[in-house]
Amino acid sequence: MSVTLVKEKYSSKVGEVVLGATAEQGGTRTSTITVGGDSALPFLQFEGETKNRPVIAMEVTDIVPTWSDTIKNQIGDVISDPAAWAKKCVDDFGADLVYLKLIGAAPDGENRSAEDCARIVKDVLAAVGVPLIVEGCDDSEKNNEIMAVIAEAATGENLLIGIAEQDNYKSIAAAAMVHKHTLIARSPLDINICKQLNILIHEMGLPLNKIIIDPTVAGLGFGIEYVYSIMERARLGALANDKMLSMPIICTVGHEANRCKEAYASEEEFPGWGDLEDRSVLWEAVTASGVLQVGASILVMRNPAAVSVVKKNISDMIGK
Amino acid sequence: MLIFGERINGMFTDIGDALRNKDPKPIQYWAVKQQEGGAHYLDVNSGPAIPTHERVEAYEWMVNVIQEVSELPLVLDSTNYDAIEAGLKVCKRPAIINSCPAEQVKIERVFPMAIQYNAGIIGLTMDKKGIPKDAENRVAFAMELVAAADEYGVPMEDLFIDPLILPVNVAQEHAPEVLESLRQVKMLANPAPRTVLGLSNVSQKSPDRNLINRTYMAMAIASGLDAAIMDANDDDLVDVAATCQILLNRSIYADSYLKVFRAR
Repeated sequence: MSVTLVKEKYSSKVGEVVLGATAEQGGTRTSTITVGGDSALPFLQFEGETKNRPVIAMEVTDIVPTWSDTIKNQIGDVISDPAAWAKKCVDDFGADLVYLKLIGAAPDGENRSAEDCARIVKDVLAAVGVPLIVEGCDDSEKNNEIMAVIAEAATGENLLIGIAEQDNYKSIAAAAMVHKHTLIARSPLDINICKQLNILIHEMGLPLNKIIIDPTVAGLGFGIEYVYSIMERARLGALANDKMLSMPIICTVGHEANRCKEAYASEEEFPGWGDLEDRSVLWEAVTASGVLQVGASILVMRNPAAVSVVKKNISDMIGK
Repeated sequence: MLIFGERINGMFTDIGDALRNKDPKPIQYWAVKQQEGGAHYLDVNSGPAIPTHERVEAYEWMVNVIQEVSELPLVLDSTNYDAIEAGLKVCKRPAIINSCPAEQVKIERVFPMAIQYNAGIIGLTMDKKGIPKDAENRVAFAMELVAAADEYGVPMEDLFIDPLILPVNVAQEHAPEVLESLRQVKMLANPAPRTVLGLSNVSQKSPDRNLINRTYMAMAIASGLDAAIMDANDDDLVDVAATCQILLNRSIYADSYLKVFRAR
């Protein structure tokens, strides 16, 4: 008896978003990146198109981060120089784009000024040709201040800037609109707030193709199933023509995976867990591969060895 | 839930006058106003305002003047199939033919026309003898229409079965039969045909028209109603349609869901 494959038919697709801008487009990037556009669930090429391959953004911070030595040792001396670090991510580790996190802006830390932050952004832009993602620190008031200055200093570059949240989106959405950048809209693992935030930002006048969804993720073993179900609902909504959930998704997997004890605790402490070097790579790589399966378009990663594993996984899934 | 705006109908004085005087303004006014209200399609019916021999020309004219101001697809509503065909020829987007009863002669006229113009069909669960009293006979007529769609190659989702609701103040016993018909029609094929009602009919000549329309629509949607020819400018009625989408988990909830439902 022959078996006929049951194929789902979808009425719509995920929206496409372009990151970065070349000289002709008003920026200085040597190339741009397009994400989204899929017309089926991820990698189900027999049901629809996986239009643009998922990309990996490697995380760079403006001050030396408190990451585990397994990661810091791979990065080496450049870790104290954001521009050189960014260049190494692109040239040596194969990052598709760079994610610059300005933790030095935190008022209870270095308390860097907006102008200093903007200068670092310009330095990184000068060091690499790929598109740039810029996020501030964890203080929303300070972020509004620095992102307004950064957005203006990088006018026309079409940065992906973040983050907009339900109770703090107007200032950064306005900065994105005025200076022609793309915006990350983050919701706290909540599909209803995710949709509502997109509606609110869109009502301010930012086009839907200038928004990227950050649904918030969790590391392997710490609620990744819940993340998966939220992302799946968003993707199925997009495919069923829910325009307010149709934006491509960014996942900060490096940040989340490396918060898990399994990614940094030593073998001496937990002999049953095995070699830390392998374990930390796998923890981040498996977290990333998990969210890839449900539609992540941009993976923000830290561990260069994990990036290499996930790049191969993407190629295998795409079939090229 | 699809909303077919009912207002461009020669039964209304302003539209009847517009048709007689060839004045596009009232027709265009209602095209835009219904779109703003939340209509997904515009029903177009000359009613008795135009003599039979002028209907072909009238439908072509109506379609053209509506398309000057609205991008919405149209539901061409007439018993005169030549008039519908004249309208289909000038429609820019796939339209819906309203309507075809379960009568062989009419099926042979309408279904090939639907294929030719890539149009949908509203199929009425009645024949020459009229509207059945119970669900069983309504569903039997629906089955004839489903079989015709199959025979002529009309995709099942392009067939809208209308189980015909009558005014509750004179034919109360029909209301639950129509709900039962909606439930059963959805089980006639896989994929199922879609369903539609001329909703306002349920409240004809009752003092509490809006309340009856809203209540019956919510009940009908829960029973399987996919579309209604209705008052697209009764905001509360459109809100009920939007809320049903949420309560049946067909659309993901967001605080602004009412606004999003109306966004085109």
